[in-house]
Amino acid sequence: MNWEVVIGLEIHTQLTTKSKLFSGAAVGFGAEPNTQTTLVDLGMPGALPVFNKEALRMAVMFGHAINAEIGMTSVFARKNYFYPDLPKGYQTSQMDHPIVGIGHLDVTLEDGTTSRIGITRAHLEEDAGKSLHEDFQGMTGIDLNRSSTPLLEIVSEPDIRSAKEAVAYVKMIHSIVTYLGICDGNMAEGSMRCDVNISLRPKGQTEYGTRTEIKNVNSFRFIEKAIYTEIERQADILEDGGRIIQETRLYDPEKNETRSMRSKEDANDYRYFPCPDLLPIVLTQDYVDEIKATLPELPSQKAARFENEYKLSEYDAHVLSSTRPMADYFESANTIVKDAKLTANWVMGELSKLLNQEQLEIENSPVNAQAFGELLVRIKDNTINGKTAKDVFQAMWEGEGSADDIIESKGLKQVTDTGAIETMIQTILDANAAQVEQYRAAEEDKQKKMIGFFVGQVMKASQGKANPGVVNPILVKMLKG
Amino acid sequence: MFEQSISALAQQLRNKDISSVELTRHFLDRITKLDPQLNSYITVTEQLALSQAEAADNLLKNGKGTSLTGIPIAHKDLFCTEGTLTTCGSKMLNNFIPPYESTVTSRIQQAGAVMLGKTNMDEFAMGSSNENSFYGAVKNPWNVNTVPGGSSGGSAAAIAAGLAVAATGTDTGGSIRQPASFCGITGLKPTYGRVSRFGMIAYASSLDQGGPMAKSAEDCAHLMQAMAGFDEKDSTSAENPNDDYLTNINAPLTGLKIGLPKEYFGDGLDSKVADVIMAAVKEFEKLGATIKEISLPNLQLSIPSYYVIAPSEASSNLSRFDGVRFGHRCDDPKDLLDMYMRSRAEGFGSEVQKRIMVGTYALSEGYYDAYYLKAQKIRRLIKEDFVKALSEVDVIMGPVAPTTAFDLGSKTSDPVAMYLEDIYTLSVNLAGIPAMSVPAGFVDGMPVGLQVMGDYFAEAKLLNVAHQYQQHTDWHLQSPTMAKGA
Repeated sequence: MNWEVVIGLEIHTQLTTKSKLFSGAAVGFGAEPNTQTTLVDLGMPGALPVFNKEALRMAVMFGHAINAEIGMTSVFARKNYFYPDLPKGYQTSQMDHPIVGIGHLDVTLEDGTTSRIGITRAHLEEDAGKSLHEDFQGMTGIDLNRSSTPLLEIVSEPDIRSAKEAVAYVKMIHSIVTYLGICDGNMAEGSMRCDVNISLRPKGQTEYGTRTEIKNVNSFRFIEKAIYTEIERQADILEDGGRIIQETRLYDPEKNETRSMRSKEDANDYRYFPCPDLLPIVLTQDYVDEIKATLPELPSQKAARFENEYKLSEYDAHVLSSTRPMADYFESANTIVKDAKLTANWVMGELSKLLNQEQLEIENSPVNAQAFGELLVRIKDNTINGKTAKDVFQAMWEGEGSADDIIESKGLKQVTDTGAIETMIQTILDANAAQVEQYRAAEEDKQKKMIGFFVGQVMKASQGKANPGVVNPILVKMLKG
Repeated sequence: MFEQSISALAQQLRNKDISSVELTRHFLDRITKLDPQLNSYITVTEQLALSQAEAADNLLKNGKGTSLTGIPIAHKDLFCTEGTLTTCGSKMLNNFIPPYESTVTSRIQQAGAVMLGKTNMDEFAMGSSNENSFYGAVKNPWNVNTVPGGSSGGSAAAIAAGLAVAATGTDTGGSIRQPASFCGITGLKPTYGRVSRFGMIAYASSLDQGGPMAKSAEDCAHLMQAMAGFDEKDSTSAENPNDDYLTNINAPLTGLKIGLPKEYFGDGLDSKVADVIMAAVKEFEKLGATIKEISLPNLQLSIPSYYVIAPSEASSNLSRFDGVRFGHRCDDPKDLLDMYMRSRAEGFGSEVQKRIMVGTYALSEGYYDAYYLKAQKIRRLIKEDFVKALSEVDVIMGPVAPTTAFDLGSKTSDPVAMYLEDIYTLSVNLAGIPAMSVPAGFVDGMPVGLQVMGDYFAEAKLLNVAHQYQQHTDWHLQSPTMAKGA
């Protein structure tokens, strides 16, 4: 059967507030257990939550970024369940009145197709602590440093139809929240976590199939793999005439499989009700407008500007604007190079290649935008050719100095002196009289292919330093005789 | 000495007629002698009290301090007190020594008051008779075979018996006013939000409110000066500035418009209690007040509404008592679920368990609309009733409770009868308005409290009304025989 996959995503983004959602404790990763806590985060008797207004500002920023309705009155609700790392026995979240209402995102895939993904809502909630099952001789340790850390949970509509689209959507969200500076986007540390809802239905059917939810997938790659795996699992069951059980599953990246965590029957009744310790958040239009006015340039706006201002292709503009550090790198390099196409090719080509090889983020590149730009200037002014530039870049990457230093010390400066090149060509033509003969006897279109041999010889003789732009016309002229 | 007011004692302390250490010892001695009969204290903090008294004497010596400096008072055992056992009347917190101080006790401490100890209460403030305490029932000093009321029964009994000059209480559905009525003392439940809830162990967060309990309205005003006011640690705390509660306490009552809701005088009200209330109302007429009959038509609905909302919030508030981080944990749990179930089954008493179950049920999927949401709608109607009535009159008066203190054990097997005890007090909490219980007479030797209800943030008005009444009556000056004996 031909199945259509239906995917909806819940993305938990940890907001970059200095303190927690309901207490003054610092937010941070990796501190000694239970050192970043107050009475509130520990759920002590009589402790009361105080709402962090910075988290509110961040949520409203996000709402604007996805063109959403802003909840002018939003209400915190308690989600009640028992777990040792949930100190109060409830999570303070938002249920009926979220801070961000219906919005949408336009997601562009690599093939250039764009689809609009609806966003149902985004709400503020507090994170739980962590249960540590190792190192306690059969007991469980509880670390409440993460307790009450602010999260913005972004819930999409079931509008996503493929794993690729899901990843593109998550990348887009990642890009928006990091652009806005409301999330550090560090998936490895759990700053962004994804729950994936997946169901299959026969193509053409309108009602949805039974879905499963894969919890806590925390990398782009795993999201894609987990979806493929789960699609396959569901398709196998359905094709054997079986039924999908609505349940929560976990993705195991080592075995590349999803495993059942709990079924719907075991699910808690969370007994949501409005939190009586917190007043409803009531916003004024002025507040909402002011945040909108101070919003930074968003990825889609930046991409449009790159297309316009730098005459880049839609795809290049999209890639270069996908993260703020990359966009910044590109733009600051290009202020030196002043050739957007050249800069774009190099950022997306050589630079990205080396970054990927060493699994580095662009902000940690050993070659900064300034030095990178200076290298490209030397291509532009014909000091070196592209091929040599790659070697220079490699040397820069390894810390051997600036582009000019390396070009100088290694004597890589391109030969553009036409006299010197003519002499060099004459020597080669003399040494290869037979090939010259053949060339001269050949048809014009064959000649075009044969000239490569001579160019190669010249480059070899010049140790790559001859400027191909200068070599070619002289060579053609001299071959004519 | 035990019968004197805060103002009188403050004057003597300032004049060096007595020292705070002497005064504190006097009350500690009385506690030692009398409290075994009453059980009004869970913890007596003798050493702490004496060291605080010494510090107070030093302040007073230098002409510093407030009217509370050196005055020995007690705190209901649900206010967290740093370094002092805070049980909430529960086995669950039998070992709980908070590393922090509630805003209320902290402010009173900063005003220089001496803490004698922590008073007994119904477990987690759930009860109307103080029989639901893990530390045993409290007895009414006017008749030790009767209850002192609840849940702030320990505070009320201690003041009535002269075991503290004043005390803090909390009122979720009548827990300051009803014990004040039963024990013949004065108590004020402030407007919701006027007194910080930070460090007050929560029963029902949208209803809980701390307040003063003392012999007189003037003493309550002294306590309010210290305890009331905005607290950034409580998001539901009111930001508007406090009134000064003493400035207008002597204002005449000429022209005061008093509303008498007919629903407060219907079936179920003991006729002798009704007589006492009406006599008090007559007294106010003599003071220049006018009387108007009014109606609060949704009064009857306050019981079902309250007994859905309060247990619902409680079921969530009490989830943190799970045996994980503090409080009671069962021995040798075999797994997590076993730990939760046994720790909570062992740690909570039956009334608390009952209310947790009721609240859990009311919030469950499929029942939420029928119970919790409906109760909230009724709550709005009740609030509107009060807002309308208070646009026509200055204060509303009625009984606090349908009867005087009942016998110990007489209602423990009939929860509905017990819940009906709260008929005249619950609606005030649901509306969030302030209300007082003011001693207004006796029925068969047992005290009767007059309830005075006012508009939002009208605490100063209520204290003024009560104080003027107390300037012309001496019901609040009566002491039970047992108090005089010691």
